[in-house]
Amino acid sequence: MNAFRWLLPHPLLTLILAVVWTLLQNEVSAGMVVFGIILGVIIPWVTSAWWPEPPKSFHLGRMITYSIMVIWDIMVANVEVAWIVLTKPNAKLKPAWIVVPLELKQPEAITILAGTITLTPGTVSADLSDEGHSLLVHVLHTDDPDAVRDDIKSRYERRLKEIFA
Amino acid sequence: MTGEIILTYAIAISLLVGSIFALVGAIGLLKFNDSMTRLHAPTKVGTVGIGAFLLASMLYSFTYGEGSMHELLIMAFLFVTAPISANFMAKVNIHRRACDTPPEPPRDDTWSTLNVPEEDKHMEGDSAKPSSTAG
Repeated sequence: MNAFRWLLPHPLLTLILAVVWTLLQNEVSAGMVVFGIILGVIIPWVTSAWWPEPPKSFHLGRMITYSIMVIWDIMVANVEVAWIVLTKPNAKLKPAWIVVPLELKQPEAITILAGTITLTPGTVSADLSDEGHSLLVHVLHTDDPDAVRDDIKSRYERRLKEIFA
Repeated sequence: MTGEIILTYAIAISLLVGSIFALVGAIGLLKFNDSMTRLHAPTKVGTVGIGAFLLASMLYSFTYGEGSMHELLIMAFLFVTAPISANFMAKVNIHRRACDTPPEPPRDDTWSTLNVPEEDKHMEGDSAKPSSTAG
């Protein structure tokens, strides 16, 4: 196990690098896959000094369902934002700041949450508090800021807690 | 043969959807009059607009060419980098006080953008004004 950790400090990063390299070639050939795997072993090994504490556990299956759900949310919310842009006059727009208290601790999980919030139209994650316990989110238009906060917590943060549980 | 016709229509519809969303993004950028709300239109509507364009490109390459998967990479890199640029623009807005002051965080002292390091405390208050001491 220790030898495995030493050789592959970030197994998932290895996989991603190999897949990205193969996709860059735009064709699957054995030589390129092998070269992708070589890159996937060398790059995490050389850069592991800058990522000393990877998350202890990561459920890939849950991450995939989470990604599909987020892509669906992005498409639905895009239509909503397009509707707001085209029909709401500026005077009727109610933008708001929302403070989301974070239960997540891992920086990787908080990064994914912030990225999800920004990619879902209508909300932008703007800032993190100085100790990392709250996330500042800007909402384009809402009648009920508390509902948006609860929605973020129940829909995204809860699932991310399960992914990194 | 019918398959090719269906795919041609699918490509056309993807291009149309992409153009509509790109147009709405541009309208939003022009219409909103506040730097924070303006951030919403192009960063978001853009992702689906570009996504539809890339889907059209992929369908086209599989219908008429050898097939291409580069679009998946473009999409992945776009999804990873778009939130970071949006976050930086938001941070600049907060730093320059170009928007409403955000509410205080409940459990911590302040937001990290507004946090002033100990050695810069004597310059407090200057950050809102454009610096005249430069040069």
